[in-house]
Amino acid sequence: MNFALTEEQEMTRKMVRDFAEKEVKPGAAERDENEHFSRELFDKMGQLGITGIPWPEEYGGAGSDFLSYVIAVEELSRVDASAGTTLSAHISLASWPIFKYGTEEQKKKYLEPMALGEKLGAFGLTEATAGTDAAAQRTTAVLDGDSYILNGNKIFITNAGEAEIYIIFAVTDKEKKARGISAFIVEKGTPGFSFGKKERKMGLRSSPTLELIFENCRVPKENLLGQEGEGFKIAMSTLDGGRNGIAAQAVGIAQGALEEAVAYAASREQFGQPIGNFQAISFMLADMATKIEAARLLTYQAAFLESQGLPYGKASAMAKLFASEAAMEITTNAVQIFGGYGYTKDYPVERFMRDAKITQIYEGTSEVQRLVISRYLLKG
Amino acid sequence: MDFCLSPKHAARQIEFREFADRELQPAGHTFPRDNLRKMAGRGYMGLPVPREWGGQGEDFFTYILLIEEISRICASTGVILAVHTSVGTFPLLYYGTQAQKERYLPGLARGELLGAFALSEAGAGSDAAALRTSARRIEEGYCINGGKVFITSGGEADLYTVFATLDQSLGSRGICAFLIEKGTPGLTVAPPEKKMGLHGSATTELQFTDLVVGADQLLGEEGKGFALAMSLLDGGRIGIAAQGLGLARASLEATAAYLASRLEKGDQVSQWARFTLADLFSRLEAARLLTYRAALLKEKGQPCSREAAMAKCFATDLAVEAAIRCIDLWPPDEYEGEYPLFRYFCDAKVTQIYEGTNQIQRLVISRDVLKTFHK
Repeated sequence: MNFALTEEQEMTRKMVRDFAEKEVKPGAAERDENEHFSRELFDKMGQLGITGIPWPEEYGGAGSDFLSYVIAVEELSRVDASAGTTLSAHISLASWPIFKYGTEEQKKKYLEPMALGEKLGAFGLTEATAGTDAAAQRTTAVLDGDSYILNGNKIFITNAGEAEIYIIFAVTDKEKKARGISAFIVEKGTPGFSFGKKERKMGLRSSPTLELIFENCRVPKENLLGQEGEGFKIAMSTLDGGRNGIAAQAVGIAQGALEEAVAYAASREQFGQPIGNFQAISFMLADMATKIEAARLLTYQAAFLESQGLPYGKASAMAKLFASEAAMEITTNAVQIFGGYGYTKDYPVERFMRDAKITQIYEGTSEVQRLVISRYLLKG
Repeated sequence: MDFCLSPKHAARQIEFREFADRELQPAGHTFPRDNLRKMAGRGYMGLPVPREWGGQGEDFFTYILLIEEISRICASTGVILAVHTSVGTFPLLYYGTQAQKERYLPGLARGELLGAFALSEAGAGSDAAALRTSARRIEEGYCINGGKVFITSGGEADLYTVFATLDQSLGSRGICAFLIEKGTPGLTVAPPEKKMGLHGSATTELQFTDLVVGADQLLGEEGKGFALAMSLLDGGRIGIAAQGLGLARASLEATAAYLASRLEKGDQVSQWARFTLADLFSRLEAARLLTYRAALLKEKGQPCSREAAMAKCFATDLAVEAAIRCIDLWPPDEYEGEYPLFRYFCDAKVTQIYEGTNQIQRLVISRDVLKTFHK
């Protein structure tokens, strides 16, 4: 065992932190207020080489590992969770399945520009009636000559509208249920593919979340990802790794909130002394810091296991569950430490608290994580 | 980063686990001499002591793995081992003179002698520097008067590291450490405390009445006793974190096995039971990582006060909560023989208290956090 980051991982942290402090943090509150997605920031991430951190250099990646990737998500989320989720959805949800299941041609055509940050990715699984029960897909894909014809709607799609590349799940054989689902790579601008309502959200407001609409949308046959019927497996295995990204987001959000709370507790005076001198506050800070360390170790462990090619499903579910629950508690306590000021938009802790909530919900709710973990524990 | 145990550590972990499963018995209400004898036979009473002093020369991390596995079967044996090693043997190893080491270390390392540590007093608990036991310089050495409370292995131990002050007005800088043997005239041991748990471990008061020790029994320098005690804290806390980890595992592994057996029989296991288990096992994994990380830092001689405090606080809080919540998942009438979860709960409670209460841990952590993140 060795809990020290490698030099390369340390460098990634330094580089992303520097970028986050200088380029991401300054406009974060304004983008949140205006629900403004900044494509410029994503372009800059591309120039920094973090849009393809874990992919081999031959596909435009940085040739680094999943641990470096989660560190990058953590550092972005520490100042702006929306920026964190943009990268997380791009790498974990959109790029990962192409890397894992894509043909050589698909990797060259799609993974490479995504890794270089020239194209942004998104992942369309959820439907109005297929949330936690993701196998209950209604979107259909029918083979017709050299293409599949897609019909149906997807909701709550991160990066939608802005992304150029979409991983879309649709039913190719209704009889086979989960085994009748297939995955497709769909490009923005394909006739019959349009965007519906943009969600107005509680948090992650500068990350766009839209509905996708497919009306007789023709997708070339060669854009089938994996085999027909493999879609559900692809979705579930993608989410296993995606959970590491969400766990990292939660750790970053919590860390950002803790640092704000510590600075405030040290400078805010009541009863003639900094409120950090009072145990009511300092013990809260101690518990916050301990839980962040615990969450970070769980997250890094899951990413390490993935990097090593070892089983990581249980570890990533534990990391996601623990980190997101901790982030919600920690950000709520950060607002508490700030008191009335924390409730205003003059300070960023209310944004951290709003942003934390979704980490308990997306890429598998906390309840789903508990179910997944308990199946590993009880083998049934 | 590397989250896998080294092959050597993994092999020893299995060895400790199998030993604990096969050889150890929960102590019940008697001091677990049999367990200690078996552990001594394996060299476990001096695991991290260098070979030249009769120990096994293992690293601190391996010792932490041992505490965890022993405590999983018998937390009383675990605390006796932790106190014997972390604060009964290490001070001698770190601060003892050649003569003191020759006299005691091989015996302690082989488990022929049992070590104990006497710091707490009725009026000096978390505020350990407020101790009042006095040491007066006399011709033969020192004359010691006063009393200690809550001494683990009191009456059973052969050697006590005792803290006393030369001059209370000097505060912590007046404190000295002494090596006092069992049976020294002037040393009285009270009957063991009746406790909520850890029934196998003896916890007693010690009284010193004009007890005379030679100057050669002074451990370290005069006035450096408090610093000596403080230098042991991080290691001691990591040991208790490992004890908490072992206890939490005891509750959780037993409960998971029970629920899995229900599934095998074709019974339903409620979603609530599943979710409780999922939450607690996730925290167990976190506690394990916090504890192992602190142990590795300690072993490398790197600063680890915050990490040790986090591990101790998190793992021992979990030990208590795991026991409480598992009790709800496992009806007592489903268990044949002694119902172990009550024991785990009663044993776990004190892990939140000794080697620095978890409130003290939070003080340590918050001071460090305020220092680190406030620019």
